[in-house]
Amino acid sequence: MLAVETLSKRFGGLVAVSDVSLTVPEGSITGLIGPNGAGKTTLFTLISGFQTPSAGRVLFAGEDVTGRTPESLAVLGIARTFQIVQPFAGLTVLENVAVGAYLRHPGRRDAMAHAEAVAERVGLADLGRPASSLTVAGRKRLELARALATGPRLLLLDEVLAGLNPSEIRDIIPVIRAIRDSGVTILMIEHVMQAVMSLCEQVHVLANGRLIAAGTPAEVVSDPQVVEAYLGPGAAGRLQKGAAHG
Amino acid sequence: MSSGTLAAYRPILIAVAAFAALPLAVPLLVGAGLFAGANTFYNLMIFILIITLAAQGWNIAGGYGGQFSFGHAAFFGTGAYAQAVLQTRYGVNAWAALPVAMALGGLVGAVIGLLAFRARLRGSYFALVTLAFAEVFRILANATPITGGAAGTLVPLRIGFGQMQFEAPAAFFYLALAFVAVVLVLNRVLERSRFGAWLVAVRENEDAARALGVDTLAVKLKAITLSAAITAVAGALYTQKFLYVDANIAYGAWISVEALLAPIVGGIGTVFGPLIGAVALIGLGEAAKTAIHAAFGSAVPGVDLVVYGALLIVVIAFAPRGLIGLLKAGGGR
Repeated sequence: MLAVETLSKRFGGLVAVSDVSLTVPEGSITGLIGPNGAGKTTLFTLISGFQTPSAGRVLFAGEDVTGRTPESLAVLGIARTFQIVQPFAGLTVLENVAVGAYLRHPGRRDAMAHAEAVAERVGLADLGRPASSLTVAGRKRLELARALATGPRLLLLDEVLAGLNPSEIRDIIPVIRAIRDSGVTILMIEHVMQAVMSLCEQVHVLANGRLIAAGTPAEVVSDPQVVEAYLGPGAAGRLQKGAAHG
Repeated sequence: MSSGTLAAYRPILIAVAAFAALPLAVPLLVGAGLFAGANTFYNLMIFILIITLAAQGWNIAGGYGGQFSFGHAAFFGTGAYAQAVLQTRYGVNAWAALPVAMALGGLVGAVIGLLAFRARLRGSYFALVTLAFAEVFRILANATPITGGAAGTLVPLRIGFGQMQFEAPAAFFYLALAFVAVVLVLNRVLERSRFGAWLVAVRENEDAARALGVDTLAVKLKAITLSAAITAVAGALYTQKFLYVDANIAYGAWISVEALLAPIVGGIGTVFGPLIGAVALIGLGEAAKTAIHAAFGSAVPGVDLVVYGALLIVVIAFAPRGLIGLLKAGGGR
C-alpha cells in the first residue's frame, strides 16, 4: 500500500530523517516507534505532503506521490491525524467530522449522515456540542473520526493514544482494530507499548532519523539496538546481566 | 425540501418581510418627529441597506473564511465607478451595467486574492495588503481621466425605470432590499453547502483542513471573488442612489471600515450579522447626530464616528460574538 524509499529530510545542517525505507503492507497495522526527537512526526509530514523530502520517494499503491500537496493526497486516500490535536474549535463535533465527510459526499444530507455514522464508529457521542468542550480523549477520537470520514485507504495515526489514561486506551484499541478490519491500512506512531504490542503486526524503529530495527513487536523490543536507543549505550548489556543474575 | 430545510430560511423571510413593511410606518415615524420627512427616512434606510450589502460581501471572506480584509473599498469602488463610467462614457444601460460592475468587482477580488493568497499572506499581513490595494486604486482613480479624476463622475439625472432612477423613494428602497434579501438567502445556502463547510474549516485551521482534502487556496480564492462581487454591487447601487462618485467616496477607507465593522458588531460569520450591525451602527450614529444637533443647536461633525468607536468597544468587551450572539444567549438558545 505504502512504500517509502530512501527518504531524507534536512533542515539546514540537521538531518531529521535520513535514508529511511519502509513498506506498509495493505490491510496491516504497522507501527512506527522511537525515542522523542527520532524523526517520526517528520516522516509523517513527508508522507502526508505537509513537507517535501530532500531526497527519496514516497509510493502509494504503486504510484509515486512524492511532493504532492496534502489535499491531493487526501483525495487519493491518505488521511492523517495530528499529534497535537487540531479541532475546528468553533464548530460542533458533528460539523468537524462533516468537513472530512464532504470530501467524498458533496451533498449536505449525505455528508451529515456519513459523519454521524463515522462518529458512532469511533464512539463519539453528543455530536451537537462544540468541539472545544471535548476532553482530551474526546479530541483524540474526533481527530480519528475526521480523518476516517474522508474515506481513506491509508490512515496515518500520530500518537492518538498519547495523553489518555489506561482505561481510555483500552476502550480505543478495539476501535482502531475495527477500522483496520473494515479495510483501511494503518501506519501508527505510538509510544504506548501496550497498544503497539496488541495492535501492530510489524514495527519499525526510528532513532536519530535512521531506521534501526524492524520486525514483529516482540522481536523489536528485545533488539539490543532498540533498547540502547531508548535507554542509552550499554543499557542492553547491563539489562541482560541483570536478568542473568536475577 | 424537508421541513428542516424550510426552517433554516424562515428567519430570513420574516426579516425581509419586516423590512418590506417599514414604509407603512413612515407616516407614524414622521408624525412622531423621529424623521424630518419621508425622504429622510428612505435615505437612511437605503444607506443602511447599501452598507449591509457591502458588509455581507465582506462577511463571506472575512466572517466565514477568516480572511480579514481591510480594503473592501477596492471592490466597492470598482463597482461604483464601473456603474458610473459605463453609463456616462459608454452609454451602457444602468441595468446592463450592474452585472458588469459586479463581474469587474469579482475580478479585482480574484486578482488581489491570487496575489495575496499565493504569497500565503494571513491575518494582519493580508489586511495590510488589501488596504494598500484599496489606497492604490484610490490614488489612481483620483488621477486618471476615465474616472473623471479629482472632479469625480456625475451620472446625469434621468428619472425612469430604464435608468434605474426612481421618482418614488420607496422604489429604490425595495430594490436595495431585494439585493440584501438575495444575499441573505445566498449566505444560508452557503452555510449549508460543502463550500461553506470548507470555508469555515479554512478559517478555523488551515492545516487541519488540508489534511482533510480541502484545497485551501481554491476555497479562499472563490470566497474573495464572491465577496468582492457582492461588495461591488453595493458600490453600483451607491452610484445609482447618489448619482455621483469620486475617489474618496468609492475607494475611501470609510467604506472598508463600514464593511468590516457591521459584521463584527452584528455577529461575524452569521447570516444576519451584517444587517444587524449596519442597522445598529448607522442607526445609532444618526440618532447621535440628531440628538447632538437638538442639544447644541448645531451639528458636531464626526460624532457618529465616536458612536462607532464606543459601540465597537462595548461589543468586543461584552459580546465577542456580536449583537446576534447576545440575542441568542438572551433567548436561551
